[in-house]
Amino acid sequence: MDNTIEIRWHGRGGQGAKTAALLLADVAFKTGKYVQGFPEYGPERMGAPITAYNRISEAPVTIHSNIYYPDLVAVVDDSLLESIDVTHGLKKEGALIINTEKKKEEILPLLGGFQGAVYTLDAKAISIKALGKNYPNSPMLAAVVAVSGVMDQKDFLREMQASFAHKFAKKPEVIDGNMRALELAFAEVAR
Amino acid sequence: MAVRERLSGNEAVAYAIKQIEPDVMPAFPITPSTEIPQYVASYIANGEMDTEFIPVESEHSAMSATLGACAAGARALTATSSCGMALMWEELYVAASDRLPIVMALVNRALSGPININADHSDSMGARDSGWIQIYAESNQEVYDNFLQAFPIAEHKDVMLPVMICQDGFITSHGVENILLVETDSVKEFVGERNPEHYLLNAKEPMAVGPYAVSNYYMETKRGQREAMKNARKVILEVADRFEKMTGRRYGFFEEYCLEDAEYAIVIIGSAAGTCKAAVDKIRKETGKKVGLLKIRIFRPFPEEEIAAALAHVKAIAVLDRSEMFAATGGPLGAEVQAALYRAKAGADVVNYFYGLGGRDITVEDFEQVYGKLEKLSSEHEITDMYEYIGLRKE
Repeated sequence: MDNTIEIRWHGRGGQGAKTAALLLADVAFKTGKYVQGFPEYGPERMGAPITAYNRISEAPVTIHSNIYYPDLVAVVDDSLLESIDVTHGLKKEGALIINTEKKKEEILPLLGGFQGAVYTLDAKAISIKALGKNYPNSPMLAAVVAVSGVMDQKDFLREMQASFAHKFAKKPEVIDGNMRALELAFAEVAR
Repeated sequence: MAVRERLSGNEAVAYAIKQIEPDVMPAFPITPSTEIPQYVASYIANGEMDTEFIPVESEHSAMSATLGACAAGARALTATSSCGMALMWEELYVAASDRLPIVMALVNRALSGPININADHSDSMGARDSGWIQIYAESNQEVYDNFLQAFPIAEHKDVMLPVMICQDGFITSHGVENILLVETDSVKEFVGERNPEHYLLNAKEPMAVGPYAVSNYYMETKRGQREAMKNARKVILEVADRFEKMTGRRYGFFEEYCLEDAEYAIVIIGSAAGTCKAAVDKIRKETGKKVGLLKIRIFRPFPEEEIAAALAHVKAIAVLDRSEMFAATGGPLGAEVQAALYRAKAGADVVNYFYGLGGRDITVEDFEQVYGKLEKLSSEHEITDMYEYIGLRKE
């Protein structure tokens, strides 16, 4: 397990946290890794808290349990901070990435004294700037790649271009905006 | 040449179905069934495969239509899960007694109630007496590989039994993992064409399928099914040998992981075996203690003698069940493994624990604790918790 990065995603149903986890598995796979991307299913409804997970490794991973001691936690919706202990089990040397419009100083008191690295990103603003709509998962995905260093940023952008070209084959006009959202997130994710 | 991919378990099975390209696939298109019929329907709509897809109004009809297609002489399969299979119950037994080589993609999920959609073996374990061959998988790779082997087993003239290809709901069915796919030409060659000996649409040989059998004949029919199930043992291994020649991946009745020199062993089915392997690695690396795993692949027919032989040298064994049978003792796997050990006069101490009901997670730490208990059990020989639930909420 030593060379496995474990990531936990917190979001609300409809925000694309599960999709982000699957996309991350996708691009990591394409850069030659062994991957797992899986959601934890509860009641399926818009707005309900959902959790998704990634394991990314140089070697095959056989573990099929959820992740309790993640290296990285990504929070797609900062309103979850009030109801969920997103830092639960997060390693001290790990990192937390939060999508928020707020200043980091306003967020820190909500983290139960977590001592590790905290990164914030206004994924909503980035998405609206790049896409004209609030799809926070693309910027959050880029932030996870930037913070985890799980793959080279250039490789990531190249693979995402190909993924978007495939995913949005019928609406190619959104590809450039999504790529722009990734690039902006790389630039703006801040510790 | 293998094709390196990353797919969910549902995608992997749907892709196997596309490669096999059966004649007919009747399926119920929504919950409680899975994404598998949806993916296959997309392949068909896109012109990527030539299979007659019948969207039926219930799972009862899904299995009925599959029976009809198979009896007519077609290669037929269906896919379902959980309560969907429960609604097929009557037809499951008919498929087996009519000796119809149907394949079913089953995503193992809990039966209601309480209402629950998560991984659990209560659906297929409930159907363990229905006369179907049951093959279970740890990973997406295994469920794909098992699916490719299903028709060659089912349609073998000495077998002619339906086959259930099982995988754990959500854990593998919705989890994306790396997978090696076999090229479609090789799959088609491996699976071959169905050439039924007797079939309803053969005008030269009028026949009836599924007639009334009075008590003068019913028992002989069951005896026939039993012989077929015994024959399946040989055929399952032959097909696995052929599969190994094609892919290099070896399959048997079960997988032994660090079992050869093990003093303490866990016997388990399905995706949790992968988590257990990580516990075995950790314990052996950190403490040198001899722990091992026996992962069941074939539950029907039950490889009794082979399991007993593989466990003969072990001091203490925990058999882990992912379904209740409310004997108020143990679970189905526990009962059968213990019977096997008893008949083989094996001396190991055995406990039978339940885990993962309704999707309750089981972790590497949980498995470490089970191995710890086995060690204690074998030194003290005092079993205080013969049938326990792992990971129960503490009140």
